[in-house]
Amino acid sequence: MSTNHALEGVGTWLDDRLHGARGVRVLLRKVFPDHWTFLLGEIALYSFIILLLTGTFLTLFFQPSMGTVVYHGSYTNLDGVSMSRAYASTLNISFDVRGGLLMRQIHHWAADLFMAAIMAHMIRIFFTGAYRKPREVNWLIGITLFTLGLLEGLFGYSLPDDLLSGAGLRILEGVLQSIPIVGTYVAFFLFGGPFPGSDIIPRMYMLHVLLIPGLILALVTAHLFIMVFQKHTQMPGKGRTNTNVVGQPMYPYFMAKTGAFFFFTFGILALAGAFAQINPIWLYGPYNAVAMSAGSQPDFYMGMLEGALRVFPAWQWVVFGHTFAFNVFIPALLPLGALFTGAAFWPFIEQWVTGDKLEHHVNDRPRNAPTRTAIGVAVITLYGVLWAEGANDILANHFDISLYLTTEIARVAWIVAPIIAYILTKRICLGLQRKDVHLLEHGVETGIIRQLPSGEFIEETRPVDEESRAILESRPHYQGLPRGAGAGPEESQEGVPAPGMRGAIGKARERLYNVITESVPLPANGHGNGHAIEGNGHGDQPSAVVPSGSGQSGAGPDDGPPGQP
Amino acid sequence: MSDTNDHGHPGDHGQPGESARGDDLMADLAAAGQPGEHEGQPDGPQARRRVIGTPAPAAGRTMLAEEPAAGGAPRELPADPENLESAKRAERIVAACFVLAMLAGLGFIAAYVIFQVHTVNNTLHSNLALGTTMGVAFLAMGVGATIWVRRLMPDVEVSEERHPLASTPENKAAFAQTFEEGAQTSQFVKRPLIRRTLIAATVPVAVAPIVLLRDMGPLPEKSLDHTVWKKGTRLVVYGTNRPLTPADFSTPGSSLSVIPEGYAENDNALAKAATTLIKFRPGQLRAPTVMNWTVNDIVAYSKICTHLGCPAALYEQTTHHILCPCHQSTFDAARGAQVLFGPATRPLPQLPLTTNAQGFLVAQSDYHEPVGPSFWERS
Repeated sequence: MSTNHALEGVGTWLDDRLHGARGVRVLLRKVFPDHWTFLLGEIALYSFIILLLTGTFLTLFFQPSMGTVVYHGSYTNLDGVSMSRAYASTLNISFDVRGGLLMRQIHHWAADLFMAAIMAHMIRIFFTGAYRKPREVNWLIGITLFTLGLLEGLFGYSLPDDLLSGAGLRILEGVLQSIPIVGTYVAFFLFGGPFPGSDIIPRMYMLHVLLIPGLILALVTAHLFIMVFQKHTQMPGKGRTNTNVVGQPMYPYFMAKTGAFFFFTFGILALAGAFAQINPIWLYGPYNAVAMSAGSQPDFYMGMLEGALRVFPAWQWVVFGHTFAFNVFIPALLPLGALFTGAAFWPFIEQWVTGDKLEHHVNDRPRNAPTRTAIGVAVITLYGVLWAEGANDILANHFDISLYLTTEIARVAWIVAPIIAYILTKRICLGLQRKDVHLLEHGVETGIIRQLPSGEFIEETRPVDEESRAILESRPHYQGLPRGAGAGPEESQEGVPAPGMRGAIGKARERLYNVITESVPLPANGHGNGHAIEGNGHGDQPSAVVPSGSGQSGAGPDDGPPGQP
Repeated sequence: MSDTNDHGHPGDHGQPGESARGDDLMADLAAAGQPGEHEGQPDGPQARRRVIGTPAPAAGRTMLAEEPAAGGAPRELPADPENLESAKRAERIVAACFVLAMLAGLGFIAAYVIFQVHTVNNTLHSNLALGTTMGVAFLAMGVGATIWVRRLMPDVEVSEERHPLASTPENKAAFAQTFEEGAQTSQFVKRPLIRRTLIAATVPVAVAPIVLLRDMGPLPEKSLDHTVWKKGTRLVVYGTNRPLTPADFSTPGSSLSVIPEGYAENDNALAKAATTLIKFRPGQLRAPTVMNWTVNDIVAYSKICTHLGCPAALYEQTTHHILCPCHQSTFDAARGAQVLFGPATRPLPQLPLTTNAQGFLVAQSDYHEPVGPSFWERS
């Protein structure tokens, strides 16, 4: 009781000043729906917190300077080598600060995990349609966070000024220079003169420890606040509707679970830092402009950019005394630019095509939005081809194939593979929908064979249970396109087309609508699987037309369309 | 809410009229200053609260005295898990996990004190000890907390209502009115002179910070067109800074990185001037290699890749291919370093070579074209 009194005292003191009792109570009771994919964003959040913690430790010892020193420290292999202070202080963190190497490695692993978790989280959001109204703003914030994460990572792993990351900076300089008109100036201003100069490390340090993390922190805060304000989406299920949210309350359940999850994330990263070496800069040596090692790879999230630079053909124009280095600025800017722009516009494109202006709080199952899922898989495939091409020298070496062949394959695959992926995915989705419809119509096979008095054998099926039924029947709801006055819902050809549906754009929209909403129709009879015995296992007629209860009368298999009264 | 479990928890007994709470932060914020709104909602007894998967309590359970919630308000969450036996076991496991975490945490501190660093091996041991204890401490806490939630906290599922995010028409209208009135009162709308001069005033202020960035670096001017190689600059071996005579470099097929003498510590100079020296057998070098720029079948090409400036560091003797490890641009060293494959568009520039009076290899001049990646001003 004394603890209660103490807590009560603190609570009263705070409430007298901040008026929290009611709002905080509501917050404590906030409902968190549960699904394993909802943890992906949490991994990103916790990686970010771990990055802030370990990064703060590293700043205590790191010297962001390109001033030259001759090394005489603990790593004797580099004794007497002249190097930048940045590199020397990174060696000191690794070999002379207790726990320094661990913090460096955790920091680097956490950065990779941060980016991987963001990617997985975005993929989940996309495939379940969780970006739809009212969550478009958070989707855009997420894309911005991903972009900032890329820059933050690039600047971060370039800070030690080692040979590997120095080559990355050299590539960055080359990419900047290739930009028409302003490129050379941008490169000179960023590097403070010709490459490598002596300014780039301190400048990247400021960006890496202050500006970009500040922006990320602000956007993460906004991201979370909007999420709390709008409440979570939920996976489809019994009792889960667009007007409720079902799950466990934040206090004590979610707090304890998410706390545990933070510890898991930190624990796994600590073990990774202990047992999995990452970025051993002492093996690469300090940066110099003359040397380079084979098999150089950036961190995985830069791999796609690297692959695009490798796969793009050697196209270049020299016109009126100016060089258009298409071979550089197109692959450097186009794939990622198109990916981010396309992702940012997608929710609005989908809204325009489907005419959908409703709020959506129940997630789609990916199969139930076949076109969206297929587009997503196609984009991931494109990304994957370029990403693999970013490691084509490693692949060629491991699989003992010609280095040039890997590039030739990628030059074809980056176009062909996404198309195949699109078609396959769409077919698979529609097939899965058919399976769902079959389950709804005919129930679950029990494996029990029964002989009827007529001598006929039938397999007994059991209706799907309520929970599965709710899931199977969950489909995205499309409002339908605006219809002209007088036109019925099924006869858009007649009557005057609605505004926005006229002309070539309107026609295209109609066609896109049909592509995007393509689905296997659910049985119209919502209670179609209520029969214990479903005799007609494979009627070709869509049972969408079967009236309720007719299944019991039309028991004869294949002797006519089912549901004939 | 057909699955609302009404034979549920001890706390539920005798509370038929419990009112559902509008557990809704947004509504709460919106309704601030309208006390009682939530409590007054006339929802049914079962609304928005479900307790799923909790079978009827064991006979003995109902005998346990329940501490009445403060103020007599009905419980919203059950107080105890269904299976107290299992909970007791779980409690011990959780406690064991937390003890393990505590020991691992102490181990971390001990490892910090015991394991010193300053050599590669010591660092390895320190890293393993610190990382393992840290990882175990966190994982044990995570495992403990997870078991705690799953086995000790009664399983509940609650439901709360969503409200449309859009404001009510009245609120929207009120906002519009407030906004409109403010705009009118400020005179911003009525007095275009103020409005326009204010906009005019902000433009230079907005541009000024961009102007401030001007001193981040010098202008490129012609600096990318030249390197530090000059007529008579001696080639020295990268790393040893030793000058070379053709006789020092007489093994056909070998290659060397060379730099201009006196620039070994100048990264800015080397970033453009780094050069690859390759010795061929007589007759192997073909056009478009400039033969006048070679000495005894020794040819010098820029080491800076014309794609993105990485050192094109890999040389394959048998095929005479120079390969850039960054993006695999491949150049034919026997034929003027022409591009054979990859994204590079231009051959590696050739450095004109000769020997000086002492017989050392020197440059005849600078490269005759800019080295390295393409840039806008390059013609």
